[in-house]
Amino acid sequence: MTVLTTTRPRSRGSWLKHPLVLAAALLMVAPFLWMLLTSFKGLPQLLTDPLSILPQPWVFTNWADAWNALPFGRAYANSIYITVLVVAGTLLTTSMAAYGFARIPFKGSTVLFWVFLAMQMVPKQVTLVPFYFLMAKIGWVDSHLALIIPAIMVNPFGVFLARQFIASVPVELEEAAMIDGASRWRIYWTIILPAIRPGLGALGIIVALDAWNNFLLPLVLLNSTDLFTVPLLLSQFQGQFGGMNYGIVMAATALSTVPMLIAFVIGQRQIIESLATSGLGGR
Amino acid sequence: MTAAPLVAGGRPPARRGWRERDKYWGMAFVAPQALGMLLFTLLPFAAAFLLAFTDWNGFGMPEFIGFDNFADQLTSPLLGRAILNTMVIALVTVPIGLFLAIVAAVVLNKIRGRAFYLVLFFAPVVTSSVAIALIWQQLLRADGVLSGSLTRLFGIAPIDWLGDPILALLAVCLVTIWASLGLNVVIFMAGLQSISPSVMEAAAIDGAGPVARFFRIILPLLSPIVFYQSVVAFISSLQTFDLVFVLVNNAGPDNGTRTIVYHIYDLGFAKSQFGLSSAASIVLLGLTLVITAIQFGAQKKFVHYES
Repeated sequence: MTVLTTTRPRSRGSWLKHPLVLAAALLMVAPFLWMLLTSFKGLPQLLTDPLSILPQPWVFTNWADAWNALPFGRAYANSIYITVLVVAGTLLTTSMAAYGFARIPFKGSTVLFWVFLAMQMVPKQVTLVPFYFLMAKIGWVDSHLALIIPAIMVNPFGVFLARQFIASVPVELEEAAMIDGASRWRIYWTIILPAIRPGLGALGIIVALDAWNNFLLPLVLLNSTDLFTVPLLLSQFQGQFGGMNYGIVMAATALSTVPMLIAFVIGQRQIIESLATSGLGGR
Repeated sequence: MTAAPLVAGGRPPARRGWRERDKYWGMAFVAPQALGMLLFTLLPFAAAFLLAFTDWNGFGMPEFIGFDNFADQLTSPLLGRAILNTMVIALVTVPIGLFLAIVAAVVLNKIRGRAFYLVLFFAPVVTSSVAIALIWQQLLRADGVLSGSLTRLFGIAPIDWLGDPILALLAVCLVTIWASLGLNVVIFMAGLQSISPSVMEAAAIDGAGPVARFFRIILPLLSPIVFYQSVVAFISSLQTFDLVFVLVNNAGPDNGTRTIVYHIYDLGFAKSQFGLSSAASIVLLGLTLVITAIQFGAQKKFVHYES
């Protein structure tokens, strides 16, 4: 499925639509542009003339002030390493489980898969309170482990999606390897994984976005500012400047969004396709 | 075990006991996720049901109090308000958001430079809800650009969108639609790709205008995806939390943007009433299941599946 390329654009009549579409698209990005412009505005301008579009004068200290106000570098390091571990771990465990469910019959396999499908329907927030106390019991409150290990070990949607991918891998490939005496692990590692790599790429992008943007769990589980992830740290800016000097708040917001937006523009094709694929349940 | 049935797992080699050992491989492959499911989802899930029948402040032993928490919550004006607000968010954002997305997908589908437009539409989807909330908080201030523009254009007195309970809820709906539009657009575009051009051409030759084609052909053919997306979008708006927590400062003025998940968070983590919080979360679960069931019931009537 390719959202971006398959049908050739028809030129007839489309010039008429362009101004409208352009206006709509501008409306979509206007909040981001406003964030960027505001991040260069000084307090006097914000107080006296909040409606002017361009900064007058341009204030370049907001970004540095925001970066220094709270441990931003630390939060970035936290978010990056948590996301990398969660993505790598989730791809491994979900593809393993998917292979087990799809190709290796064992007693209770079907029932177990139904449990996975059923629990996918249960909102995560339903188990929030007991989950918090479970983490407290294990000693993972105010620890990144609480954000990493459960995320890696529970992803029914990922299992479901990976199972769809594996279903399209020809069984004959496996049979040939089995006759050569390859173990199940070897088949999984050398045949299945390479065959579903594009699908896993899509799943990885979805998992990465979820891990990076997760807010409720870090909010509940983390106490030490040094452990905060980027969204959680950013939320701290809300009260920091009393709603007055929001040039700094917008600079902080820009600091947290601009790198992601640049990464998005670079990988736009894969990211958009991945989310379209997953939105359709891997069809 | 001479004539083992052929299963998806492939033909077993003739060696004895192979299938016996193979099933342990199956269990081993599933084990990490199965263990995680048991420990981090099923166990807390069961505990939520147990906690809902207790009085517990987080210390000492939970005290069993029967259905008191449910009696309390089901008559609680706060939870009532939270359910009402959450339903308003879902009932406003899902139809409007999906309709706008279908229109945008149809228009963008055959336009030059759509990759460029898609990036612009999609940017909010990859942005964290906290950043989105902070950006819109500035836009929606009484002295912000939205209210200021309305004043300049129509001479309306400045509006403090986030200071009024009803306007704040509308603001949450507006931002939710903006933030999720791009995702729905690309999903519908993927769906449009599966409509064969010959169907559209045949309709055009028969004299169907763009509007007729949209309602008579595109919409029915997209209906399975529209249905699936409406279920997904409805369930995710039942879980609205981040936006109201940051954008409107907790529950907003007069609990005007208190949502069910905010209510669960508030009872549990702000007020340490974990029994009540668990009871409220069971209500959320029940609501989710009832609404999903209703949507699947409606599916038979409205969704067109190609045979």
